[in-house]
Amino acid sequence: MFKKFADTWTDLGRFSPATDIAGQTPVKSSVQRAIRAAVLAQWKIEPETLEAIWPKKEGLVHVKWCVRAQRQREHVSVYTVHGEPLIIQHFDGPYYPTLRLLHKYPYILPKVGVDRGAIRFLLGGAPMMCPGLTSKGGYLPPPESALPAGTAVAIHAEGKEHAVGIGLTKLGTEEMRRVNKDVGVEVATYLGDDLWALKSL
Amino acid sequence: MPSKKSQAREAQPNPPIEQAEGPPAPDPVPPVQLLYCSVCSFPPEYCEFGSSLTRCKEWLKDKHSSLFDKYYSDDALSTKLGTLSMEAQAKLEKDTAKKEAKAEAKADAALKKKLASQVTIKRIERNKRKHVTSIHGLEAFGVDLKKAAKQFSSKFATGSSVTKNLQGQDEIIVQGDVSDEILEMIETEAGVLKGIPADNVEIVEEKKKKGGD
Repeated sequence: MFKKFADTWTDLGRFSPATDIAGQTPVKSSVQRAIRAAVLAQWKIEPETLEAIWPKKEGLVHVKWCVRAQRQREHVSVYTVHGEPLIIQHFDGPYYPTLRLLHKYPYILPKVGVDRGAIRFLLGGAPMMCPGLTSKGGYLPPPESALPAGTAVAIHAEGKEHAVGIGLTKLGTEEMRRVNKDVGVEVATYLGDDLWALKSL
Repeated sequence: MPSKKSQAREAQPNPPIEQAEGPPAPDPVPPVQLLYCSVCSFPPEYCEFGSSLTRCKEWLKDKHSSLFDKYYSDDALSTKLGTLSMEAQAKLEKDTAKKEAKAEAKADAALKKKLASQVTIKRIERNKRKHVTSIHGLEAFGVDLKKAAKQFSSKFATGSSVTKNLQGQDEIIVQGDVSDEILEMIETEAGVLKGIPADNVEIVEEKKKKGGD
């Protein structure tokens, strides 16, 4: 989502806050409640921990981020607390934590792992292909805790301690094992993308 | 997969989110203390995929030698090969070196461009004895225009604002003729006006055309 594009159409490859942020608005408290409930349901996080990350008293700010994806513009919602991006959401999709948040609380998303060869593609923003996940260096959750398609996952890398990206499963994990071809996990945000470059909004 | 048990790491550059608030109910799980490379901003284990590995390595060796040993000692290098074949690894290393050279060239070019860019201080005549001063090109030197404008307005006690000129570029407009003072401020690097070589600053004057509007 936050891929760096050298876009021929707009000729503006790099992100600049002045033009790409469509607006910042405080979030209504009723909506905040809904987001909080959704986050608690979607992430494996205790209410107390969420409270520490995002205290109830602190208002969430909704930043509309215009992302250039190939030839069209897409809006991604970034929710910030005190200017620090915490939660991202694309359209109506699931809520993702930002990578920095995931690094601090690595257990909140289910894990998948890619082998070493895939890391550099991932850091270039490519979606993760099934073979990279099913190979020896990769990791998929065991069959009893299989993930369905459309789950937000933390992407870890072979031999590395911390997550390298956050993605959305395109296939169920069992299906990935079976098909073992094409895109397994779409990448939402990864180390070194525009969102990563931005420490605060 | 690496185990997610994290050792107590050193304080990270950006402070963790406030922990004090919230009900004292069951304690919130403390965040993992994580160190980011100050050169490429990645966690140090991912420096090797960045475009400044040599500098990252130097930094890590200098500041956090224990971590350096962990990531770059011979054992670490051999274990991290993992399932990847030797050729693939060699290719990866070659790519990294190439990327690094590229990034360096890019940084060089950017620096050159920065050194070549001009700051123009223009005195514009409003009517016969009133002028405004426009300063153009400060942003190339990483100056925050808004802050600079604020600084000018408080220094000269006049209005000062960031406006778009006819070409759509941002510039600072200060009321009154203060071009010499601004040049002086740039030379003495006052406030936010840092790192601008005085040679790159030129003062020009724009007279109102006769019979114009």
